[in-house]
Amino acid sequence: MTGRAMKQNFELSRRRLLSAGTALSALTLAGCATSSSTGPSIGRVVIVGGGFGGATAAHYLKMWGGNIDVTLVERSAAFVSCPISNLVLGGHKQMADITRSYRGLQALGVKLVQGEVTAVDAGAKKVRLANGSELPYDRLILSPGVDFMLDSTAGLAAALDSGRVLHGWKAGPQTMALRQQLQAMPDGGVFAMSIPKVPYRCPPGPYERACMVASYFKQHKPRSKVLVLDANPEVQSKKALFEKAFKDHYSGLLEYRPNNELKEVVVGTSGQLAAKLEFDDLKVDVLNVIPPQRGGDIARSAGLLNMNSRWVGVNWLTMESTAAPGIHVLGDATFSAPAMPKSGHMANQHAKVAAAAIIDMLQGKPVNATPVVMNTCYSFVTASDVVHVASVHQYDSVDKTFKAVPGSGGVSAAASAVEGRYALSWADNIWADTLAL
Amino acid sequence: MPRFPRALRAAALAAPAASAALGALGALGAFTTRAAAAAATALTLAAPCALAQDANLGRNLAATCANCHGTGGQSRGEVKSLAGLPAESIVAAFNAYKAGTLPATVMHQIAKGYSDEQVKLIAGYLAAQQPKK
Repeated sequence: MTGRAMKQNFELSRRRLLSAGTALSALTLAGCATSSSTGPSIGRVVIVGGGFGGATAAHYLKMWGGNIDVTLVERSAAFVSCPISNLVLGGHKQMADITRSYRGLQALGVKLVQGEVTAVDAGAKKVRLANGSELPYDRLILSPGVDFMLDSTAGLAAALDSGRVLHGWKAGPQTMALRQQLQAMPDGGVFAMSIPKVPYRCPPGPYERACMVASYFKQHKPRSKVLVLDANPEVQSKKALFEKAFKDHYSGLLEYRPNNELKEVVVGTSGQLAAKLEFDDLKVDVLNVIPPQRGGDIARSAGLLNMNSRWVGVNWLTMESTAAPGIHVLGDATFSAPAMPKSGHMANQHAKVAAAAIIDMLQGKPVNATPVVMNTCYSFVTASDVVHVASVHQYDSVDKTFKAVPGSGGVSAAASAVEGRYALSWADNIWADTLAL
Repeated sequence: MPRFPRALRAAALAAPAASAALGALGALGAFTTRAAAAAATALTLAAPCALAQDANLGRNLAATCANCHGTGGQSRGEVKSLAGLPAESIVAAFNAYKAGTLPATVMHQIAKGYSDEQVKLIAGYLAAQQPKK
């Protein structure tokens, strides 16, 4: 719809509403109307990062807040989903299946700026972009995701820069390139994956990836091997379910090694790869390193990584940074509440808490004192069978944090194809809910 | 269902529809004058702002369901749409999940995370959403 057509349609709808006459004016007089799309803007919100957190915030600010100026700054031209991206690595889905447009948000009136924010001026309330332009704001949302801590693993930064080693932990070109390396690997080759110590983005993600790569090898390169090098002492999510999948489906093909922290990456002159561990030196054909993580670069340069110099502490009622009130931070970059996972689902839920709070704040109202967030995370263990972990987190006003509700949540009884279908349904719904599709 | 007086109960169900329709461009086209009048009248009868606060609480709580059941309860996948279902049936399903009498893959675990009062608010909000064709 063009802007003019939308305006006409809107005016028509507004007249129809107004023709309800006294009823509607009574509503206005009561002073309880939550919002209206008409009238002047009540505030400018700039959102940095169009992943699950930032895009959901844009959607819900427009849907719930109406006349708020919302600008979303995102580096990429399209949204590429990390969830389901492991299926692309396994050859069960294509990039197009996990790529979605930002047009739904634009149709709601969100101003989309493709670019990169390089600096936040919290005093002057504006952000600066790489192209030199500036965006002023009344409230700022950063949904920066994670960036990597490469210094503790010798040779890793250079190996990633050269593209010989891939992380595949931000969906997009990395996903495609890793898929191509797997396809190019000869049968009989070794694929090694390194998992960092917790906390990292998407706790079950590495184990799902191991299953998906193994499912590809099982069908197409049965003499090959998946080597899972986990810096942690055990599988970090859905442990029994993943261990059962490793045994039932990928026995002899997938080897899981706990307490195996990657110390060094060596790329030989002709591209041959070695992964050095504390007591071992492994020759591998494809090396996928999921590096240790921290809150995204823009959160760091804005001085917001005030928890262990890695994560952003937030006020959970508003999602504002405890280092810089007025700047709301969403998703993986936050210092997680107890038992709260770093997931796209959770970032989407953070965004709704922030959107509700920002609208209340711009309207001079108290914010919701009893927010709730929840998480459901599906992992594919085969091309069709899926396991979940779910949790519900209620705000605790005494300890000022979200707490998982005792007795709630849990994991699948067993992997199933029914949950496989629910997982794909979940993806369609969360993508639509995030991007206003 | 909440044991509210009838007018209050109607308002609790209708108020979110009014605010959602006012807030969302997309919903305006489908929103009928009659529905607007009904919603606004109900809100006027109920009057106090405390109720509007409650309306946002239902809206906020129901938004936690959207990742699986779709925005406003309008699912586009195999997982069930909840928009426009009778509030009583949503509450009954929640209670059955909590009690373990309704088989589920995940909802029996999720339902236990919400209080009875929260379930009523969620059900009221979702019941007031217009199901799409």
